[in-house]
Amino acid sequence: MSRSELRKRIEEKSLILRRDIIRMTGEAGSGHPGGSLSAADIVSTLYFYQLRHRPAEPKWRERDRFVLSKGHVAPVLYAALAESGYFSRDILWTLRKMGSILQGHPDMKKVPGVEISSGSLGQGLAVANGIALGGKLDQLDYRVYVLIGDGESQEGIVWEAAMFAAHYKLDNVTAILDYNGLQIDGTVSEVMEIRPIVDKWRAFGWHVIEIDGHNVLAIIDAFAEANTIKEKPTMIVAHTVKGKGVSFMENAIDFHGKAPTKEQMKEALKELGEVDC
Amino acid sequence: MSEDKKSTRGAYGDALLELGEADENIVVLDADLAKSTTSIKFAKVFPDRFFDCGVAEQNMMCTAAGLATTGKICYTGSFAIFATGRAYEQVRNTIVYSGLNVKMCPSHSGITVGEDGASHQTVEDIALMRVIPGLKVVVPADYYEAKAAIKAAARIEGPFYIRLGRPSVPIIFNNDYEFNLGKAIKLKDGSDATIFAIGIMVSASLEAAKILEKEGINAEVINVSSIKPIDVNTIIESVEKTRKVVTAEEHSVIGGLGSAVAEVLCERLPAPIRMVGIKDLFGLSGSIPELLEYFHLTPQDIVLAVKNLVYQ
Ligand SMILES: Cc1ncc(C[n+]2csc(CCOP(=O)(O)OP(=O)(O)O)c2C)c(N)n1
Ligand SMILES: [Mg+2]
Repeated sequence: MSRSELRKRIEEKSLILRRDIIRMTGEAGSGHPGGSLSAADIVSTLYFYQLRHRPAEPKWRERDRFVLSKGHVAPVLYAALAESGYFSRDILWTLRKMGSILQGHPDMKKVPGVEISSGSLGQGLAVANGIALGGKLDQLDYRVYVLIGDGESQEGIVWEAAMFAAHYKLDNVTAILDYNGLQIDGTVSEVMEIRPIVDKWRAFGWHVIEIDGHNVLAIIDAFAEANTIKEKPTMIVAHTVKGKGVSFMENAIDFHGKAPTKEQMKEALKELGEVDC
Repeated sequence: MSEDKKSTRGAYGDALLELGEADENIVVLDADLAKSTTSIKFAKVFPDRFFDCGVAEQNMMCTAAGLATTGKICYTGSFAIFATGRAYEQVRNTIVYSGLNVKMCPSHSGITVGEDGASHQTVEDIALMRVIPGLKVVVPADYYEAKAAIKAAARIEGPFYIRLGRPSVPIIFNNDYEFNLGKAIKLKDGSDATIFAIGIMVSASLEAAKILEKEGINAEVINVSSIKPIDVNTIIESVEKTRKVVTAEEHSVIGGLGSAVAEVLCERLPAPIRMVGIKDLFGLSGSIPELLEYFHLTPQDIVLAVKNLVYQ
Protein backbone atom coordinates (compact mmCIF):
# COMPACT_ATOMS: atom_id res chain seq x y z
CA MET A 1 0.00 0.00 0.00
CA SER A 2 1.36 3.43 -0.93
CA ARG A 3 1.81 6.02 1.74
CA SER A 4 -1.00 8.11 0.37
CA GLU A 5 -3.33 5.12 0.39
CA LEU A 6 -2.25 4.30 3.90
CA ARG A 7 -2.86 7.83 4.95
CA LYS A 8 -6.31 7.80 3.41
CA ARG A 9 -7.19 4.54 5.12
CA ILE A 10 -6.18 5.76 8.57
CA GLU A 11 -7.80 9.16 8.11
CA GLU A 12 -11.06 7.44 7.25
CA LYS A 13 -10.82 5.60 10.54
CA SER A 14 -10.03 8.85 12.38
CA LEU A 15 -13.19 10.31 10.92
CA ILE A 16 -15.24 7.38 12.19
CA LEU A 17 -13.73 7.83 15.64
CA ARG A 18 -14.52 11.56 15.60
CA ARG A 19 -18.14 10.96 14.63
CA ASP A 20 -18.46 8.30 17.30
CA ILE A 21 -16.98 10.61 19.93
CA ILE A 22 -19.55 13.29 19.07
CA ARG A 23 -22.47 10.90 19.01
CA MET A 24 -21.41 9.09 22.18
CA THR A 25 -20.98 12.23 24.25
CA GLY A 26 -24.02 13.83 22.63
CA GLU A 27 -26.21 10.85 23.49
CA ALA A 28 -24.72 10.64 26.98
CA GLY A 29 -25.18 14.34 27.62
CA SER A 30 -21.79 14.45 29.32
CA GLY A 31 -18.19 13.44 28.77
CA HIS A 32 -14.99 14.85 27.35
CA PRO A 33 -15.08 15.52 23.60
CA GLY A 34 -12.20 18.03 23.35
CA GLY A 35 -9.32 15.80 24.40
CA SER A 36 -10.90 12.82 22.65
CA LEU A 37 -10.86 14.68 19.35
CA SER A 38 -7.28 15.91 19.80
CA ALA A 39 -6.16 12.32 20.32
CA ALA A 40 -8.25 10.79 17.51
CA ASP A 41 -5.50 10.60 14.88
CA ILE A 42 -3.00 9.17 17.33
CA VAL A 43 -5.43 6.56 18.58
CA SER A 44 -6.62 5.61 15.13
CA THR A 45 -3.03 5.24 13.88
CA LEU A 46 -2.38 2.97 16.84
CA TYR A 47 -5.43 0.75 16.48
CA PHE A 48 -5.69 0.61 12.71
CA TYR A 49 -2.02 0.51 11.81
CA GLN A 50 0.53 0.18 14.58
CA LEU A 51 -0.74 -2.16 17.29
CA ARG A 52 -0.20 -5.87 16.99
CA HIS A 53 -3.45 -7.05 18.53
CA ARG A 54 -6.24 -9.58 18.20
CA PRO A 55 -9.65 -8.07 18.99
CA ALA A 56 -11.16 -11.57 19.17
CA GLU A 57 -8.51 -12.54 21.72
CA PRO A 58 -8.10 -9.45 23.91
CA LYS A 59 -5.82 -11.20 26.42
CA TRP A 60 -3.43 -12.55 23.76
CA ARG A 61 -0.11 -12.62 25.63
CA GLU A 62 2.01 -11.19 22.87
CA ARG A 63 -0.20 -8.24 22.00
CA ASP A 64 1.09 -4.70 22.02
CA ARG A 65 -0.53 -2.73 24.82
CA PHE A 66 -2.14 0.69 24.75
CA VAL A 67 -2.50 2.48 28.07
CA LEU A 68 -4.82 5.47 28.10
CA SER A 69 -3.36 7.52 30.91
CA LYS A 70 -5.65 10.49 30.32
CA GLY A 71 -8.65 8.33 31.05
CA HIS A 72 -11.22 11.08 30.67
CA VAL A 73 -10.95 10.68 26.89
CA ALA A 74 -12.50 7.24 27.20
CA PRO A 75 -14.79 7.97 24.21
CA VAL A 76 -11.92 7.86 21.72
CA LEU A 77 -10.68 4.58 23.20
CA TYR A 78 -14.14 3.00 23.24
CA ALA A 79 -14.72 4.09 19.66
CA ALA A 80 -11.41 2.55 18.57
CA LEU A 81 -12.13 -0.68 20.43
CA ALA A 82 -15.60 -0.98 18.91
CA GLU A 83 -14.34 -0.19 15.41
CA SER A 84 -11.61 -2.82 15.91
CA GLY A 85 -14.25 -5.38 16.86
CA TYR A 86 -13.64 -5.81 20.61
CA PHE A 87 -17.36 -5.26 21.19
CA SER A 88 -20.46 -4.29 19.26
CA ARG A 89 -20.82 -0.72 18.07
CA ASP A 90 -24.34 -0.61 19.54
CA ILE A 91 -22.75 -0.52 22.96
CA LEU A 92 -21.13 2.84 22.17
CA TRP A 93 -24.44 4.63 22.61
CA THR A 94 -24.77 3.36 26.17
CA LEU A 95 -21.76 5.43 27.30
CA ARG A 96 -22.09 6.66 30.90
CA LYS A 97 -25.53 5.12 31.30
CA MET A 98 -26.55 2.94 34.22
CA GLY A 99 -25.60 -0.68 33.56
CA SER A 100 -23.27 0.09 30.66
CA ILE A 101 -19.82 -1.48 30.41
CA LEU A 102 -18.70 1.92 29.15
CA GLN A 103 -18.17 3.77 32.39
CA GLY A 104 -17.33 7.48 32.37
CA HIS A 105 -13.69 6.48 32.70
CA PRO A 106 -12.28 3.14 31.47
CA ASP A 107 -12.79 0.08 33.67
CA MET A 108 -10.58 -2.85 32.64
CA LYS A 109 -12.83 -5.32 34.40
CA LYS A 110 -15.80 -4.32 32.27
CA VAL A 111 -14.44 -3.60 28.81
CA PRO A 112 -12.50 -6.08 26.66
CA GLY A 113 -9.37 -4.43 25.31
CA VAL A 114 -8.94 -1.91 28.12
CA GLU A 115 -5.52 -2.67 29.59
CA ILE A 116 -5.87 -0.73 32.83
CA SER A 117 -8.57 1.26 34.56
CA SER A 118 -7.76 4.95 34.45
CA GLY A 119 -9.30 8.34 35.09
CA SER A 120 -7.10 9.53 37.89
CA LEU A 121 -4.49 11.47 35.97
CA GLY A 122 -0.79 10.74 36.12
CA GLN A 123 -0.75 7.02 36.66
CA GLY A 124 -0.60 5.54 33.17
CA LEU A 125 3.10 5.87 32.47
CA ALA A 126 4.02 4.02 35.65
CA VAL A 127 1.53 1.29 34.73
CA ALA A 128 3.00 1.13 31.23
CA ASN A 129 6.46 0.71 32.77
CA GLY A 130 5.20 -2.22 34.82
CA ILE A 131 3.71 -3.84 31.72
CA ALA A 132 6.98 -3.23 29.88
CA LEU A 133 9.00 -4.83 32.69
CA GLY A 134 6.65 -7.81 32.59
CA GLY A 135 7.31 -8.14 28.86
CA LYS A 136 11.05 -8.08 29.37
CA LEU A 137 10.85 -10.65 32.17
CA ASP A 138 8.77 -12.93 29.95
CA GLN A 139 11.02 -12.28 26.95
CA LEU A 140 8.08 -11.17 24.88
CA ASP A 141 8.76 -8.44 22.36
CA TYR A 142 5.48 -6.56 22.64
CA ARG A 143 5.55 -2.79 22.89
CA VAL A 144 3.64 -0.59 25.31
CA TYR A 145 2.11 2.67 24.12
CA VAL A 146 0.84 5.23 26.57
CA LEU A 147 -1.05 8.44 25.89
CA ILE A 148 -0.50 11.32 28.32
CA GLY A 149 -2.14 14.75 28.45
CA ASP A 150 -0.21 18.01 28.66
CA GLY A 151 -2.14 19.15 31.73
CA GLU A 152 -1.66 15.68 33.12
CA SER A 153 2.10 16.16 32.80
CA GLN A 154 1.90 18.44 35.81
CA GLU A 155 1.44 15.39 38.03
CA GLY A 156 4.59 14.48 39.94
CA ILE A 157 4.22 10.75 39.40
CA VAL A 158 4.64 11.27 35.64
CA TRP A 159 8.21 12.33 36.35
CA GLU A 160 8.82 9.55 38.82
CA ALA A 161 7.79 7.18 36.07
CA ALA A 162 9.88 9.05 33.50
CA MET A 163 12.95 8.49 35.67
CA PHE A 164 12.06 4.84 36.18
CA ALA A 165 11.63 4.07 32.48
CA ALA A 166 14.99 5.60 31.63
CA HIS A 167 16.73 3.96 34.59
CA TYR A 168 15.50 0.51 33.61
CA LYS A 169 16.14 1.21 29.90
CA LEU A 170 12.56 0.43 28.91
CA ASP A 171 12.99 0.74 25.16
CA ASN A 172 9.70 -1.12 24.72
CA VAL A 173 7.82 1.92 26.05
CA THR A 174 6.57 4.60 23.67
CA ALA A 175 4.77 7.52 25.26
CA ILE A 176 2.77 10.04 23.30
CA LEU A 177 2.09 13.50 24.68
CA ASP A 178 -1.18 14.95 23.41
CA TYR A 179 0.11 18.51 23.43
CA ASN A 180 -3.14 20.37 22.79
CA GLY A 181 -2.18 23.31 24.99
CA LEU A 182 -5.40 23.29 27.00
CA GLN A 183 -6.55 21.92 30.32
CA ILE A 184 -9.59 22.79 32.45
CA ASP A 185 -8.78 26.11 34.05
CA GLY A 186 -7.19 27.60 30.95
CA THR A 187 -4.23 27.13 28.66
CA VAL A 188 -1.45 24.95 29.96
CA SER A 189 0.87 27.95 29.79
CA GLU A 190 -1.45 30.01 31.98
CA VAL A 191 -2.28 27.31 34.49
CA MET A 192 1.14 25.69 34.95
CA GLU A 193 3.75 25.97 32.25
CA ILE A 194 5.25 22.66 31.18
CA ARG A 195 7.74 24.07 28.67
CA PRO A 196 10.43 23.39 27.68
CA ILE A 197 8.79 19.99 27.52
CA VAL A 198 11.08 18.44 24.92
CA ASP A 199 14.14 19.42 26.94
CA LYS A 200 12.56 18.02 30.09
CA TRP A 201 11.99 14.58 28.61
CA ARG A 202 15.47 14.58 27.06
CA ALA A 203 16.95 15.54 30.41
CA PHE A 204 15.11 12.59 31.94
CA GLY A 205 16.94 10.29 29.55
CA TRP A 206 14.29 9.77 26.89
CA HIS A 207 14.53 9.77 23.13
CA VAL A 208 12.17 12.55 22.03
CA ILE A 209 10.45 13.02 18.67
CA GLU A 210 8.34 16.10 17.94
CA ILE A 211 5.53 15.85 15.40
CA ASP A 212 2.22 17.23 14.21
CA GLY A 213 -0.19 14.93 16.00
CA HIS A 214 -2.79 15.16 13.24
CA ASN A 215 -0.44 14.05 10.46
CA VAL A 216 -0.92 10.32 10.43
CA LEU A 217 2.15 9.68 8.29
CA ALA A 218 4.25 11.61 10.80
CA ILE A 219 2.71 9.52 13.57
CA ILE A 220 3.54 6.31 11.68
CA ASP A 221 7.12 7.47 11.13
CA ALA A 222 7.53 8.41 14.78
CA PHE A 223 6.33 4.95 15.88
CA ALA A 224 8.78 3.38 13.42
CA GLU A 225 11.63 5.51 14.75
CA ALA A 226 10.72 4.60 18.33
CA ASN A 227 10.99 0.92 17.40
CA THR A 228 14.62 1.41 16.38
CA ILE A 229 15.74 3.11 19.60
CA LYS A 230 17.58 0.79 21.96
CA GLU A 231 18.03 1.10 25.73
CA LYS A 232 15.89 4.23 25.96
CA PRO A 233 12.17 4.88 26.11
CA THR A 234 10.71 7.20 23.49
CA MET A 235 8.45 10.20 23.98
CA ILE A 236 6.53 11.48 20.99
CA VAL A 237 5.54 15.07 21.62
CA ALA A 238 2.49 15.40 19.39
CA HIS A 239 1.29 18.94 18.75
CA THR A 240 -2.47 18.78 18.52
CA VAL A 241 -5.57 20.93 18.54
CA LYS A 242 -8.13 20.29 21.24
CA GLY A 243 -11.52 19.65 19.64
CA LYS A 244 -9.85 18.94 16.26
CA GLY A 245 -12.24 18.36 13.38
CA VAL A 246 -15.27 20.27 14.68
CA SER A 247 -14.88 23.98 14.01
CA PHE A 248 -16.75 25.26 17.06
CA MET A 249 -14.96 22.84 19.35
CA GLU A 250 -11.44 23.58 18.15
CA ASN A 251 -9.42 25.31 20.87
CA ALA A 252 -12.62 25.85 22.84
CA ILE A 253 -11.73 25.32 26.48
CA ASP A 254 -15.35 24.65 27.43
CA PHE A 255 -15.53 21.51 25.32
CA HIS A 256 -12.98 19.86 27.55
CA GLY A 257 -15.67 18.35 29.71
CA LYS A 258 -18.93 19.43 28.10
CA ALA A 259 -20.95 17.34 25.71
CA PRO A 260 -22.50 18.84 22.59
CA THR A 261 -26.20 19.61 22.77
CA LYS A 262 -28.44 17.73 20.33
CA GLU A 263 -28.25 20.70 17.95
CA GLN A 264 -24.48 20.92 18.23
CA MET A 265 -24.26 17.19 17.75
CA LYS A 266 -26.06 17.44 14.42
CA GLU A 267 -23.93 20.33 13.30
CA ALA A 268 -20.72 18.57 14.31
CA LEU A 269 -21.71 15.34 12.57
CA LYS A 270 -22.50 17.29 9.40
CA GLU A 271 -19.03 18.85 9.54
CA LEU A 272 -17.58 15.41 9.98
CA GLY A 273 -19.28 14.28 6.80
CA GLU A 274 -22.14 12.25 8.18
CA VAL A 275 -24.96 12.50 5.71
CA ASP A 276 -28.01 10.99 7.37
CA CYS A 277 -27.96 12.62 10.77
CA MET B 1 17.87 -11.84 68.95
CA SER B 2 16.34 -14.47 71.20
CA GLU B 3 14.36 -17.24 69.49
CA ASP B 4 11.16 -16.48 71.34
CA LYS B 5 10.98 -13.09 69.66
CA LYS B 6 11.10 -12.19 65.98
CA SER B 7 9.82 -9.31 63.88
CA THR B 8 6.95 -9.66 61.43
CA ARG B 9 8.94 -7.73 58.84
CA GLY B 10 11.60 -10.42 59.13
CA ALA B 11 9.00 -12.85 57.84
CA TYR B 12 8.68 -10.81 54.66
CA GLY B 13 12.17 -11.48 53.33
CA ASP B 14 12.00 -15.12 54.40
CA ALA B 15 8.60 -15.69 52.80
CA LEU B 16 9.68 -13.94 49.60
CA LEU B 17 12.69 -16.23 49.30
CA GLU B 18 10.50 -19.30 49.50
CA LEU B 19 7.93 -17.82 47.13
CA GLY B 20 10.58 -16.73 44.66
CA GLU B 21 12.08 -20.18 44.63
CA ALA B 22 8.75 -21.85 43.96
CA ASP B 23 7.29 -19.45 41.41
CA GLU B 24 8.99 -17.47 38.65
CA ASN B 25 6.07 -15.09 38.54
CA ILE B 26 6.90 -13.55 41.90
CA VAL B 27 8.25 -10.02 41.38
CA VAL B 28 9.24 -7.68 44.21
CA LEU B 29 9.37 -3.89 44.30
CA ASP B 30 10.63 -1.62 47.02
CA ALA B 31 11.16 2.11 47.42
CA ASP B 32 14.64 2.55 48.84
CA LEU B 33 13.72 0.61 51.97
CA ALA B 34 14.66 -2.91 50.95
CA LYS B 35 17.00 -3.24 53.91
CA SER B 36 14.31 -2.19 56.37
CA THR B 37 11.51 -4.27 54.88
CA THR B 38 13.95 -7.20 54.42
CA SER B 39 13.03 -7.54 50.74
CA ILE B 40 16.79 -7.25 50.18
CA LYS B 41 16.96 -10.96 50.91
CA PHE B 42 14.92 -11.60 47.78
CA ALA B 43 16.85 -8.98 45.81
CA LYS B 44 20.13 -10.74 46.47
CA VAL B 45 18.93 -14.13 45.30
CA PHE B 46 16.64 -13.01 42.49
CA PRO B 47 18.12 -9.71 41.25
CA ASP B 48 16.30 -10.01 37.92
CA ARG B 49 12.93 -10.03 39.62
CA PHE B 50 13.57 -7.21 42.06
CA PHE B 51 13.13 -3.57 41.12
CA ASP B 52 14.03 -0.71 43.39
CA CYS B 53 11.79 2.22 42.50
CA GLY B 54 13.78 4.78 44.42
CA VAL B 55 11.99 7.09 46.81
CA ALA B 56 8.81 7.12 44.72
CA GLU B 57 6.02 5.15 46.35
CA GLN B 58 3.23 6.28 44.03
CA ASN B 59 5.26 5.16 41.07
CA MET B 60 6.02 1.85 42.79
CA MET B 61 2.32 1.09 43.24
CA CYS B 62 1.39 1.82 39.63
CA THR B 63 4.38 -0.10 38.31
CA ALA B 64 3.25 -3.03 40.42
CA ALA B 65 -0.21 -2.71 38.88
CA GLY B 66 1.25 -2.84 35.39
CA LEU B 67 3.33 -5.89 36.24
CA ALA B 68 0.26 -7.59 37.67
CA THR B 69 -1.61 -7.15 34.37
CA THR B 70 1.07 -9.29 32.74
CA GLY B 71 0.45 -12.17 35.12
CA LYS B 72 3.09 -11.36 37.71
CA ILE B 73 2.38 -11.65 41.41
CA CYS B 74 3.81 -8.42 42.63
CA TYR B 75 4.90 -7.73 46.22
CA THR B 76 5.59 -4.16 47.33
CA GLY B 77 7.45 -2.88 50.37
CA SER B 78 8.16 0.56 51.89
CA PHE B 79 6.94 1.82 55.27
CA ALA B 80 3.24 1.58 56.08
CA ILE B 81 2.75 5.34 56.25
CA PHE B 82 4.14 5.91 52.75
CA ALA B 83 2.60 2.82 51.16
CA THR B 84 -0.87 3.76 52.39
CA GLY B 85 -0.64 7.53 52.80
CA ARG B 86 1.58 8.81 50.02
CA ALA B 87 0.32 6.26 47.53
CA TYR B 88 -3.28 6.02 48.73
CA GLU B 89 -4.92 7.03 45.54
CA GLN B 90 -2.68 4.86 43.37
CA VAL B 91 -3.58 1.92 45.59
CA ARG B 92 -7.27 2.72 45.44
CA ASN B 93 -7.73 3.63 41.80
CA THR B 94 -5.12 1.63 39.98
CA ILE B 95 -4.53 -1.47 42.07
CA VAL B 96 -7.71 -2.25 43.97
CA TYR B 97 -10.35 -0.83 41.62
CA SER B 98 -8.85 -3.04 38.93
CA GLY B 99 -8.59 -6.00 41.32
CA LEU B 100 -4.93 -6.50 40.44
CA ASN B 101 -2.68 -9.10 41.96
CA VAL B 102 -0.53 -6.80 44.07
CA LYS B 103 0.42 -7.78 47.61
CA MET B 104 1.32 -4.73 49.66
CA CYS B 105 3.38 -5.74 52.67
CA PRO B 106 4.88 -2.60 54.16
CA SER B 107 6.77 -2.62 57.41
CA HIS B 108 7.07 -0.08 60.25
CA SER B 109 3.37 0.19 61.00
CA GLY B 110 2.07 1.64 64.26
CA ILE B 111 4.05 3.42 66.93
CA THR B 112 6.59 0.64 67.50
CA VAL B 113 8.72 2.31 64.86
CA GLY B 114 10.11 3.99 67.97
CA GLU B 115 12.59 6.85 67.86
CA ASP B 116 11.78 8.09 64.33
CA GLY B 117 8.58 9.57 65.70
CA ALA B 118 5.19 10.59 64.34
CA SER B 119 6.10 11.23 60.69
CA HIS B 120 7.02 7.54 60.40
CA GLN B 121 4.39 6.03 62.68
CA THR B 122 1.11 5.31 60.99
CA VAL B 123 -1.82 4.95 63.36
CA GLU B 124 -4.40 5.11 60.57
CA ASP B 125 -3.25 2.69 57.85
CA ILE B 126 -5.75 -0.04 58.70
CA ALA B 127 -8.55 2.52 58.53
CA LEU B 128 -7.37 3.75 55.14
CA MET B 129 -7.00 0.28 53.66
CA ARG B 130 -10.10 -1.20 55.24
CA VAL B 131 -12.42 1.25 53.53
CA ILE B 132 -11.19 0.48 50.03
CA PRO B 133 -13.86 -1.75 48.50
CA GLY B 134 -12.78 -5.38 48.26
CA LEU B 135 -9.23 -4.97 49.55
CA LYS B 136 -8.13 -7.79 51.82
CA VAL B 137 -6.49 -6.55 55.01
CA VAL B 138 -4.38 -8.74 57.26
CA VAL B 139 -2.54 -7.87 60.49
CA PRO B 140 -0.32 -10.77 61.55
CA ALA B 141 0.39 -11.29 65.24
CA ASP B 142 3.84 -12.84 65.01
CA TYR B 143 6.60 -13.92 62.69
CA TYR B 144 5.01 -17.24 61.75
CA GLU B 145 1.58 -15.83 61.09
CA ALA B 146 3.17 -13.09 58.99
CA LYS B 147 5.11 -15.62 56.96
CA ALA B 148 2.07 -17.81 56.43
CA ALA B 149 -0.11 -14.85 55.43
CA ILE B 150 2.47 -13.45 53.00
CA LYS B 151 2.75 -16.85 51.36
CA ALA B 152 -1.00 -17.46 51.33
CA ALA B 153 -1.54 -14.12 49.59
CA ALA B 154 0.35 -15.43 46.56
CA ARG B 155 -2.25 -18.20 46.18
CA ILE B 156 -5.28 -15.93 46.54
CA GLU B 157 -6.09 -13.83 43.51
CA GLY B 158 -6.34 -10.07 44.04
CA PRO B 159 -4.88 -7.25 46.08
CA PHE B 160 -3.79 -7.59 49.70
CA TYR B 161 -2.64 -5.27 52.44
CA ILE B 162 -0.51 -7.10 55.00
CA ARG B 163 0.59 -4.91 57.88
CA LEU B 164 4.07 -5.67 59.19
CA GLY B 165 6.09 -4.18 62.00
CA ARG B 166 9.61 -3.26 62.92
CA PRO B 167 10.22 -4.67 66.41
CA SER B 168 10.89 -8.19 67.54
CA VAL B 169 7.67 -9.49 69.06
CA PRO B 170 6.86 -12.67 70.98
CA ILE B 171 6.38 -15.87 68.99
CA ILE B 172 2.87 -17.29 69.32
CA PHE B 173 2.64 -19.79 66.46
CA ASN B 174 5.12 -22.12 64.77
CA ASN B 175 6.28 -23.09 61.31
CA ASP B 176 3.27 -25.38 60.78
CA TYR B 177 0.82 -22.54 61.22
CA GLU B 178 -1.69 -22.33 58.41
CA PHE B 179 -3.16 -18.97 57.58
CA ASN B 180 -6.85 -18.97 56.73
CA LEU B 181 -8.12 -15.73 55.24
CA GLY B 182 -11.38 -14.67 56.86
CA LYS B 183 -10.89 -16.85 59.91
CA ALA B 184 -10.31 -15.49 63.42
CA ILE B 185 -8.31 -17.69 65.76
CA LYS B 186 -9.34 -18.35 69.33
CA LEU B 187 -6.15 -18.53 71.38
CA LYS B 188 -7.71 -18.87 74.81
CA ASP B 189 -11.16 -19.94 75.93
CA GLY B 190 -13.02 -17.78 78.38
CA SER B 191 -16.51 -16.86 79.54
CA ASP B 192 -16.39 -13.45 81.24
CA ALA B 193 -15.27 -11.20 78.39
CA THR B 194 -13.81 -11.47 74.89
CA ILE B 195 -10.61 -9.71 73.96
CA PHE B 196 -10.30 -9.27 70.19
CA ALA B 197 -6.77 -8.33 69.29
CA ILE B 198 -4.42 -7.84 66.34
CA GLY B 199 -0.69 -7.50 65.77
CA ILE B 200 1.52 -6.97 68.78
CA MET B 201 -1.57 -6.64 70.97
CA VAL B 202 -2.33 -10.36 70.60
CA SER B 203 0.55 -11.42 72.83
CA ALA B 204 -0.25 -8.50 75.15
CA SER B 205 -3.82 -9.81 75.38
CA LEU B 206 -2.65 -13.32 76.22
CA GLU B 207 -0.56 -11.83 78.99
CA ALA B 208 -3.51 -9.76 80.19
CA ALA B 209 -5.68 -12.88 80.25
CA LYS B 210 -3.15 -14.57 82.54
CA ILE B 211 -3.17 -11.65 84.92
CA LEU B 212 -6.98 -11.59 84.90
CA GLU B 213 -7.16 -15.29 85.58
CA LYS B 214 -5.29 -14.77 88.83
CA GLU B 215 -8.04 -12.37 89.80
CA GLY B 216 -10.75 -14.84 88.91
CA ILE B 217 -11.73 -13.30 85.57
CA ASN B 218 -11.82 -15.70 82.65
CA ALA B 219 -11.21 -13.81 79.41
CA GLU B 220 -11.42 -15.27 75.93
CA VAL B 221 -8.68 -14.12 73.52
CA ILE B 222 -9.26 -14.05 69.78
CA ASN B 223 -6.74 -13.06 67.13
CA VAL B 224 -8.57 -11.20 64.36
CA SER B 225 -5.60 -11.09 61.97
CA SER B 226 -7.96 -11.21 59.02
CA ILE B 227 -9.49 -7.76 59.45
CA LYS B 228 -11.13 -7.96 56.06
CA PRO B 229 -12.84 -10.23 55.34
CA ILE B 230 -13.69 -10.39 59.03
CA ASP B 231 -14.87 -13.58 60.73
CA VAL B 232 -18.40 -12.61 61.70
CA ASN B 233 -19.34 -16.06 62.98
CA THR B 234 -16.45 -16.41 65.41
CA ILE B 235 -17.04 -12.91 66.75
CA ILE B 236 -20.77 -13.46 67.26
CA GLU B 237 -20.28 -16.90 68.75
CA SER B 238 -17.85 -15.62 71.34
CA VAL B 239 -19.84 -12.53 72.28
CA GLU B 240 -23.04 -14.55 72.61
CA LYS B 241 -21.22 -16.31 75.40
CA THR B 242 -19.33 -13.43 77.06
CA ARG B 243 -21.51 -10.39 76.23
CA LYS B 244 -18.53 -8.16 76.98
CA VAL B 245 -15.97 -6.96 74.44
CA VAL B 246 -12.52 -5.45 74.57
CA THR B 247 -10.60 -4.71 71.39
CA ALA B 248 -6.84 -4.19 71.39
CA GLU B 249 -4.78 -2.74 68.54
CA GLU B 250 -1.68 -0.72 67.88
CA HIS B 251 -3.69 1.68 65.73
CA SER B 252 -6.11 4.52 66.19
CA VAL B 253 -9.37 3.50 67.81
CA ILE B 254 -10.96 5.27 64.86
CA GLY B 255 -11.36 2.99 61.90
CA GLY B 256 -9.30 0.00 62.97
CA LEU B 257 -10.07 -3.29 64.69
CA GLY B 258 -12.33 -1.69 67.32
CA SER B 259 -14.44 -0.14 64.61
CA ALA B 260 -14.51 -3.35 62.58
CA VAL B 261 -15.71 -5.42 65.55
CA ALA B 262 -18.23 -2.74 66.50
CA GLU B 263 -19.59 -2.76 62.94
CA VAL B 264 -20.20 -6.49 63.22
CA LEU B 265 -21.79 -6.34 66.66
CA CYS B 266 -23.93 -3.22 66.49
CA GLU B 267 -26.14 -4.74 63.81
CA ARG B 268 -26.37 -8.28 65.15
CA LEU B 269 -25.54 -8.44 68.80
CA PRO B 270 -25.07 -5.10 70.56
CA ALA B 271 -22.68 -5.46 73.49
CA PRO B 272 -20.60 -3.06 75.55
CA ILE B 273 -17.17 -2.49 74.03
CA ARG B 274 -13.96 -0.98 75.40
CA MET B 275 -11.33 -0.11 72.83
CA VAL B 276 -7.67 -0.30 73.74
CA GLY B 277 -5.84 1.63 71.06
CA ILE B 278 -4.46 5.03 70.20
CA LYS B 279 -6.89 7.79 71.10
CA ASP B 280 -6.86 10.07 68.07
CA LEU B 281 -3.23 11.03 68.57
CA PHE B 282 -0.10 11.17 66.45
CA GLY B 283 2.89 9.09 67.53
CA LEU B 284 5.98 10.30 69.32
CA SER B 285 9.72 9.65 69.55
CA GLY B 286 10.77 7.30 72.30
CA SER B 287 11.77 3.77 73.09
CA ILE B 288 9.21 1.11 72.27
CA PRO B 289 8.38 0.22 75.91
CA GLU B 290 8.02 3.92 76.76
CA LEU B 291 5.72 4.46 73.79
CA LEU B 292 3.56 1.43 74.56
CA GLU B 293 3.10 2.73 78.09
CA TYR B 294 2.44 6.30 76.97
CA PHE B 295 -0.21 5.24 74.46
CA HIS B 296 -1.79 2.75 76.89
CA LEU B 297 -1.01 -0.33 74.86
CA THR B 298 0.27 -2.61 77.64
CA PRO B 299 -1.23 -5.81 79.08
CA GLN B 300 -2.16 -3.72 82.14
CA ASP B 301 -4.24 -1.41 79.95
CA ILE B 302 -6.11 -4.42 78.57
CA VAL B 303 -6.61 -5.76 82.11
CA LEU B 304 -8.11 -2.43 83.15
CA ALA B 305 -10.43 -2.34 80.16
CA VAL B 306 -11.72 -5.85 80.91
CA LYS B 307 -12.23 -5.06 84.59
CA ASN B 308 -14.00 -1.87 83.67
CA LEU B 309 -16.57 -4.00 81.85
CA VAL B 310 -16.77 -6.91 84.25
CA TYR B 311 -17.17 -4.85 87.42
CA GLN B 312 -19.45 -2.32 85.77
C1 LIG C 1 -5.54 13.23 39.61
C2 LIG C 1 -6.60 13.98 38.89
N1 LIG C 1 -6.79 15.29 39.18
C3 LIG C 1 -7.76 15.98 38.54
C4 LIG C 1 -8.56 15.39 37.60
C5 LIG C 1 -9.67 16.16 36.93
N2 LIG C 1 -9.31 16.43 35.50
C6 LIG C 1 -9.83 15.69 34.52
S1 LIG C 1 -9.22 16.14 33.02
C7 LIG C 1 -8.27 17.35 33.71
C8 LIG C 1 -7.40 18.21 32.83
C9 LIG C 1 -6.47 17.40 32.02
O1 LIG C 1 -5.84 18.17 31.06
P1 LIG C 1 -5.03 17.47 29.93
O2 LIG C 1 -4.14 16.45 30.49
O3 LIG C 1 -4.36 18.54 29.14
O4 LIG C 1 -6.15 16.70 29.12
P2 LIG C 1 -6.70 16.96 27.64
O5 LIG C 1 -6.43 18.37 27.29
O6 LIG C 1 -5.95 16.03 26.77
O7 LIG C 1 -8.14 16.62 27.70
C10 LIG C 1 -8.43 17.39 35.08
C11 LIG C 1 -7.75 18.35 35.96
C12 LIG C 1 -8.33 14.01 37.35
N3 LIG C 1 -9.09 13.33 36.49
N4 LIG C 1 -7.34 13.35 37.98
MG1 LIG D 1 -4.50 19.29 27.27
